[in-house]
Amino acid sequence: MFRFNADQVLQFVSLALTLVTASLIGLVVAFVFVESLPVINADVAGFFDTSKAWFPLEGQRGLMPMVAGSLLCTLGAIALALPLGMASALFSQYYGHRGLVRPYRWLLGLLAGIPSVVYGFWGLTVLVPLIGRYQPPGASLLAGILILTLMILPTVALTAEAAFKAVPASYLQGAHALGMRKAAIAFKVLFPAARQGLIAGTVLAITRALGETMAVLMVTGNVVEMPGSVFDPVRTLTANIALEMAYATGEHRASLFFSGLVLTLLIVFMVSYVHRREYAKQ
Amino acid sequence: MRFLRGTNAAALALVFGLLQPLGVFAADKKLSLTGSSTVAPLALEIAKRFEQNNAGVRIDVQTGGSGRGLADARSGVADLGLVSRALKAEESDLQSFTIALDGIAIILHETNPVRVLSKEQIIAIYTGQIQNWKAVGGKDQPITVVNKAEGRSTLELFAQFFGLKNSQIKAQVVIGDNQQGIKTVAGNPGSIGYVSIGAAEFEIDNGVPIQMLPMNGVKPSTASVRDGSFPLSRPLNLVRKGPLTGLARQFVDYAQNPLVHDLVKEQYFVPVQR
Repeated sequence: MFRFNADQVLQFVSLALTLVTASLIGLVVAFVFVESLPVINADVAGFFDTSKAWFPLEGQRGLMPMVAGSLLCTLGAIALALPLGMASALFSQYYGHRGLVRPYRWLLGLLAGIPSVVYGFWGLTVLVPLIGRYQPPGASLLAGILILTLMILPTVALTAEAAFKAVPASYLQGAHALGMRKAAIAFKVLFPAARQGLIAGTVLAITRALGETMAVLMVTGNVVEMPGSVFDPVRTLTANIALEMAYATGEHRASLFFSGLVLTLLIVFMVSYVHRREYAKQ
Repeated sequence: MRFLRGTNAAALALVFGLLQPLGVFAADKKLSLTGSSTVAPLALEIAKRFEQNNAGVRIDVQTGGSGRGLADARSGVADLGLVSRALKAEESDLQSFTIALDGIAIILHETNPVRVLSKEQIIAIYTGQIQNWKAVGGKDQPITVVNKAEGRSTLELFAQFFGLKNSQIKAQVVIGDNQQGIKTVAGNPGSIGYVSIGAAEFEIDNGVPIQMLPMNGVKPSTASVRDGSFPLSRPLNLVRKGPLTGLARQFVDYAQNPLVHDLVKEQYFVPVQR
């Protein structure tokens, strides 16, 4: 008779589940790759040819305006959300009155929980007409940036707060004992000590912004063109897939899978770059 | 590291066991439908209800365009082809059964004083030659052209009717479904778009500030699509080579039955009266 001890059972179960997880991820990426193979073999350079527009049914498959659209929306949103989120975390951790901070935190949690399609709906019916009054048509890069800012703000604020909380109290007490001002403590002690947590939160926010689909699709206008200003429409990679996948066949479908592959690689490279820079030192 | 070899092998076996398809139930009777991506969602909904009412029947719906629907019906690969237009003279070897009609209307914001646009004016607006409403008798206001995303059947029908290629259309906003198109036009007084008539009619009845433009003098409505007087419309057909028998006959009868008119309306198509 076999007798298993608890360690062996745990090892077996955890190994099996890890393999399931790993193979699921691997299978998804492999599937996306295999589905996009027909167009990779046919004309992979065409995707990155900036002189080509996106008319997959007419053989033109330029992806670069959409790569730019995704990156610009994300960068803009991060540039707005980082100062807002970090300032709010700093405030609620160090300056705010408790009676004020608790409902604010509750509000942030609520903001994080609203489904993206609701943000998109609000953007389409309120934000876009508002921008359109100054600069028609209103559906634009700016609208996308503002909606994304709103969506990643809670991620930035809540992770920043957690990072500040994780800074050992002895650091701050030591700084106080040295007679440093609160502002100096914040910039010279708190931010450097919380650096890793802040960066992890930022990466999380960036990946959420890059991957966001519905809300962005509803407000950015989705015209495939390099934007000349923030009032011009853009189409993101995710919006492209969501807009066209349902009715795509053949090479058109394969092109969409390829744009998914590009998006995945974009995120993988970014995350691994940050990972190497920040964690390799240890 | 000490790993138990046996454990690893067993874990791998477990993984592959899990990932294998769980086995397909063999159906007593099977019917396969292929073709137009416009008709496929409707055919799928009808097929689901048909399967519920007929135990043991399995209906397989695949897309690939009207061209594939014709080819598959001819070669016998599919029992029925899905074709989103009327059959041409050279396709008389097939018989067609209309299950719904699809019509699209040009929509403007309610406050736009323009009440009629000619075919040439619409083409000029969509190709970017006219960029201000003043040029077609409206206010001094820039035009926002709303177009559909590539692959959508409404775009296909629109482009075909006006003799345009998608790459010729200069749009300011590209949208996905009808709802988004209506919301976009309702939110922008200077915009022009096109959507399924069923969807636009529904929203106008609910007070959404948009108007539908007549086409060649015919007012767009589900009624004018049904009686065939509205030009920007087309039939959605099931096509079949050879005699209609057995399960295929049952399905075609069911798809034309008033019992499925609710499904037709859900897809913003117009039911056919028999």
